[in-house]
Amino acid sequence: MSSDAEAGKLESEAPKLAGLRLGPVDAFSRLTGLDTRLLAMLAALVVIWIVLDFLAGGIFLTPRNLFNLAVQGSAVGIMATGMVLVIVARHIDLSVGSVLGFVGMFIAFLQVQVLPLGADWNWPLTIAAGLALGALVGLWQGLWVAYGGVPAFVVTLGGLLIFRGAAFEITDGRTVAPLDPVYQLLGGGADGSIGATASWAVGLVAVAAVAFFSIKARGKRARYGFPVKPLWAEVAMICAWSALIIGFVMVMNAYTKPRSDIPRGIPVPVLILLAVVIVMTFVTRFTTFGRYVFAMGGNPEAAALSGINVKRTTVMIFVVMGILSAVAAVVTTARLNAGTNSMGTLAELNVIAAAVIGGTSLAGGIGTIPGAILGAVIMQSLDNGMVLLGVSSSLRSIVIGLVLIAAVWFDVVYNRNRR
Amino acid sequence: MPTPLVELRNLSKRFGGVQAVDDVSLDLYPGEVVGLLGHNGAGKSTLIKMLAGAYPCDSGEILINGDKVTIETPRDARHHGIETIYQTLALADNLDAPANLFLGRELKTPLGLLDDGAMEHEARVVLQRLNPNFKNIKDPVKNLSGGQRQSVAIARAILFNAKILIMDEPTAALGPQETAMVAELIQQLKREGIGIFLISHDLHDVFDLSDRVSVMKNGRLVGTRDTSKVTKDEVLGMIILGKLPEEETAEELAELH
Ligand SMILES: Nc1ncnc2c1ncn2[C@@H]1O[C@H](COP(=O)(O)OP(=O)(O)OP(=O)(O)O)[C@@H](O)[C@H]1O
Ligand SMILES: [Mg+2]
Repeated sequence: MSSDAEAGKLESEAPKLAGLRLGPVDAFSRLTGLDTRLLAMLAALVVIWIVLDFLAGGIFLTPRNLFNLAVQGSAVGIMATGMVLVIVARHIDLSVGSVLGFVGMFIAFLQVQVLPLGADWNWPLTIAAGLALGALVGLWQGLWVAYGGVPAFVVTLGGLLIFRGAAFEITDGRTVAPLDPVYQLLGGGADGSIGATASWAVGLVAVAAVAFFSIKARGKRARYGFPVKPLWAEVAMICAWSALIIGFVMVMNAYTKPRSDIPRGIPVPVLILLAVVIVMTFVTRFTTFGRYVFAMGGNPEAAALSGINVKRTTVMIFVVMGILSAVAAVVTTARLNAGTNSMGTLAELNVIAAAVIGGTSLAGGIGTIPGAILGAVIMQSLDNGMVLLGVSSSLRSIVIGLVLIAAVWFDVVYNRNRR
Repeated sequence: MPTPLVELRNLSKRFGGVQAVDDVSLDLYPGEVVGLLGHNGAGKSTLIKMLAGAYPCDSGEILINGDKVTIETPRDARHHGIETIYQTLALADNLDAPANLFLGRELKTPLGLLDDGAMEHEARVVLQRLNPNFKNIKDPVKNLSGGQRQSVAIARAILFNAKILIMDEPTAALGPQETAMVAELIQQLKREGIGIFLISHDLHDVFDLSDRVSVMKNGRLVGTRDTSKVTKDEVLGMIILGKLPEEETAEELAELH
């Protein structure tokens, strides 16, 4: 089938029935499968980067800074993928920062003061225990929301206080340090990246995977005789993703270890984030759990009438969020090489903002994992850029607060114009 | 007399101060269409929602093929071969037609993952049959027209080999052509031995399609009659006056016009 015929077939599917004429942006988004909102955010990111780089006199867009930005943003990105599910299901989780602090403190305490530091099995065991604790916290909150009928806003606002307090109680507020040296690699410090060769390997596998899955999905649609996007659009998308991946690897490899020209490569926390993104994307797109989360967000009554166990699904959402907060706690403690009781303070705002900026609608039912990562990159860029510019922390929090409001406002306006 | 497919015995349901359904008994035989009529708020939707598992009943019992069953959730109802087209359609607006059709019983690959290709394929086949003009299958259903949305809800109910079909105003949003197609569909399902409860405000449709009509008023059952043995005026009298045809006087019927 020629690509022209395919394009024709696709067009016949466009909503001519509704009498709509597609503008160039809409047409582009239909062909690429990226929604207009995501494209707008992508454009916003580019603008933010250029402006920050200009203001900072060229030190923002350097391999060193982008490397740091990636490392610092990992924890928020990891939690944002879970926040997408929470918000899509019409809930909210205000406790993720406190849960991060609580679980992180627990891990550090267990690793340093309970178990023998230096034993090979110490750090894997503490990670497992931390993840279990995160799941338990999620279970606790999910049960209150689903079976207790208490709004998630209230349960997690309570959680914000409870788990921050609990983080303090573990050691009476004392910082626990240093942690296991192998564990520290998970935080992406001086040795916490995988080097040039492995980075290239990861990048090439990623490119191959993108191409493979795109072609496979296209083949499947063609086999069923469904309309497919024009071939050029498919190829362009694969090329864009490949360029992004290769570019990322090159930037990470361009940053070298101190006093040497050994490339650092992809930092471990970013790899962890990558794994989380893949798993969560998979969960949202290919599992019934993911489908049910979206159905519940779109129409809770319809979901229940379809036989979906809404309560159990709600509990699972919070358990997933708890586990992801624990993963973020691992990355954060490893990076700090310590457990401190203030870890993750106000992280919930960055996480929620990342999800919303990335196109997750507070009205529920809409959101994507890659979008949330884009949102996390935007939030981290603003934060990091302002630090570079020497903006005080009080002023930074004002800006982050304004960005959060603006993002939600954008969501509201966008939805209003859609309906 | 064969055993009825469905027997509702003395069902009641109360919402706060409102007795929505009050001691209603109905039955339905295989291959039969029973039209359910009544003014707005008469309790029709509430009655059939108890059969569909959307609400548990306060009292009364439900028999399927002569056996007493407990239907407490929509899953229980589906398990007994009961499929429902809700008045509100009950669609997840953010999902596309295939996702809605298979919601709660998705087709899966051998690995247990969603098989979207297979679902889209089946969806195209069934929707094509109901509504040939329906092309934008991959759009979220909130972008569809009212009639297309209704087609999705109807398709969902007939996709899984229902034995008992509940249709709560299935053609309210449909054009004449699509309505005719649903009428034809009902005839076909009848021939397959499926029992159908049809709720509608359109007396003509009900008279054309049903074997019997039941009328409700203020939560109570006024009565059930063979469609062939009553006139539209008499049924109108049942709906508005809440009286059986033999109780209605000529003057009362005349006043309805
Ligand atoms: N979920 C509910 N909560 C409280 N009251 C309800 C609920 N559902 C229905 N009711 C009440 O029960 C009564 C019967 O409503 P129902 O929806 O069954 O009427 P209906 O016959 O289907 O009307 P219509 O023709 O308008 O669809 C009404 O008085 C309504 O207000
Ligand atoms: Mg009704």
